[in-house]
Amino acid sequence: MAGDPPLIRLRGVTRLYGQGAAEVRALDGVDLDIARGEFVAIMGPSGSGKSTAMNVIGCLDRPTSGQYLFEGVEIAGLDRDQRALLRRNYLGFIFQGYNLLPRTSALDNVELPLIYKGMPRAERIARALEALEMVGLKGREHHDPSQLSGGQQQRVAIARALAGDPRVLLADEPTGNLDTRRSVEIMDLLVSLRRQRELTIVMVTHEDDMAAYADRIIWMVDGRIDSERRNGKVA
Amino acid sequence: MLWETARLALRAILRNALRSFLTVLGIVIGVASVIAMVTVGQGSQAQVTADVAKLGTNILMLRPGGRGMAPGPGGGASVARPFDLRMVARLEHGLDEIETAAPVSNGTATVVAGGENYRTQITATDARYLEAANWPLVAGRNFTEAEARSGAAACILGETVRREIFGGLDPIGQSLRLEAMSCKVIGLLAAKGASSFGSDQDDVVLMPIRTFQRRIAGNDDVGTVYIRVADGVATEDAAVAITYLMREIRRIGPEEEDDFDVIDMKQLASMLTQITGVLSGLLAAVAAVSLLVGGIGIMNIMLVSVTERTREIGIRLAVGAQARQVLMQFLVEAIVLSLMGGVLGIVLGLGLAAVAARFMAIPFTPDPAVVLLAFAFSALVGVIFGFFPARAAARLDPIEALRHE
Ligand SMILES: Nc1ncnc2c1ncn2[C@@H]1O[C@H](COP(=O)(O)OP(=O)(O)OP(=O)(O)O)[C@@H](O)[C@H]1O
Ligand SMILES: [Mg+2]
Repeated sequence: MAGDPPLIRLRGVTRLYGQGAAEVRALDGVDLDIARGEFVAIMGPSGSGKSTAMNVIGCLDRPTSGQYLFEGVEIAGLDRDQRALLRRNYLGFIFQGYNLLPRTSALDNVELPLIYKGMPRAERIARALEALEMVGLKGREHHDPSQLSGGQQQRVAIARALAGDPRVLLADEPTGNLDTRRSVEIMDLLVSLRRQRELTIVMVTHEDDMAAYADRIIWMVDGRIDSERRNGKVA
Repeated sequence: MLWETARLALRAILRNALRSFLTVLGIVIGVASVIAMVTVGQGSQAQVTADVAKLGTNILMLRPGGRGMAPGPGGGASVARPFDLRMVARLEHGLDEIETAAPVSNGTATVVAGGENYRTQITATDARYLEAANWPLVAGRNFTEAEARSGAAACILGETVRREIFGGLDPIGQSLRLEAMSCKVIGLLAAKGASSFGSDQDDVVLMPIRTFQRRIAGNDDVGTVYIRVADGVATEDAAVAITYLMREIRRIGPEEEDDFDVIDMKQLASMLTQITGVLSGLLAAVAAVSLLVGGIGIMNIMLVSVTERTREIGIRLAVGAQARQVLMQFLVEAIVLSLMGGVLGIVLGLGLAAVAARFMAIPFTPDPAVVLLAFAFSALVGVIFGFFPARAAARLDPIEALRHE
């Protein structure tokens, strides 16, 4: 519907780090709309602000200036706990560095967001096991991150982000540590979940093959959106 | 959710079992020493009270001494003039405040019977002593008035002496040799056990005081007079009357000081109770300080743990934990930790107290109120010293926390 606001709307979003001479403009006036159910890939050189943009969209970080509307709601007007609720109920995050709890089994890691959703234990375990099976980690449920390979850890992180059944999946290089076969499997999984659950996906990637799964590719340079491409065509 | 939080806290604690144990060691030691001190203190107070109750609170003890002691023979150490039986009789009949006045002398003697040799205490007294001391017989009989008056060779054995000399045999009617005299066993005292001070009260032979004076001591002296105050008379009033009459009997001039002491067992008892109370209070205070130190130890480790687990906190915040939930997690963790320390300390403290009570021959009387208090206190330690680290954790910014190395 044309009248609907986009699910995510960034207007002039700027994020500064440091002060004076050391000031870094990690984001520099980003305008971006993402529609419900859309699959957007963000590409760009290292240090161009991709992760910073993901953190802002994921309500983990707040813009220094500019506007961020989620379903038409101004995020700047929400307090810490309201943002936590937003993350809990709407967002799933796959971090660039996985961010799994150490000395904690894969199963417990995947259960974590479900605990904060207040889900009963039995249901939690069932859901977490299901998510782990989806990413091909059946049989590794009780392994600690230290007992898993980098790619396996990455898949635990993917399972954790998906287990809570989010509306928006924010994936920062979700296939960075996976071989081509695994990467394709994960991308197929994301695409099918997107179709089943009307999942909105924002994915940072360096690989053209992975970006090719997206509806739209955004190219960032120096904290700005440099160009956009839709379905392989230059916009 | 709280139960869930406690379960997760327990898991976090067990994940670092050794460190958790070291963390709560302060609490364990603190609680254990408080519990042990208080329990032993209460046990010894109970023992003192029981001893006094056995003795009776209406008993006065009269002994030669005081400040106005006559110079001893050879000008050496002063020795007060001894008492004698005539003085005791005058005292007893001269005052309405006195119900009975039992003369008692103490000594030691070697007992020989059937080839067994045993050195024991002698308590020489008269027929009223058993009643005055509230000490029942388990076999045989008391001295008769006639035996007491005539100084008959009859004796009553304490349980320890009976065991040492006669073993499994019935001692009643048997003869035993006490130093140079031979005497007949007529009764057996009920076992009393050790006194508050640890001496064996059953290691004793009772005999008529006249017999002791004539056959063992070789003089007419009386060591102590146990006075039972008449019903309805305050021991303080009786003590004044006794002092007055004693000064008259012993012809002490108005300028001279008493050459005897009147000791009120009630006062002695309350003094003893007070001393043990103050002592155990002091020890408990020292132990309480160690509890405080234990609490600070918990705070320290929890703070370290917050820093160490900054990333974990960031992850929890990122997946939707609210500040309140992170606060609760760390607080519950601190409380569970210190409660575990508390329970461990209680068990250890009671164990120590039980062993100490056995060695000190006092009753082991664990006080549920004290145990409950220690439990509540360790929870409080967890709340107080867990709060700051927990708040520090809850205030972390999610993105900062995630970036923490
Ligand atoms: N906490 C911070 N303090 C200071 N500068 C920061 C901080 N985080 C990021 N930056 C800077 O902001 C810019 C953007 O960083 P960001 O992590 O968003 O890049 P990225 O596009 O994700 O790079 P990569 O592809 O290497 O992950 C970089 O120049 C970086 O140095
Ligand atoms: Mg990045």
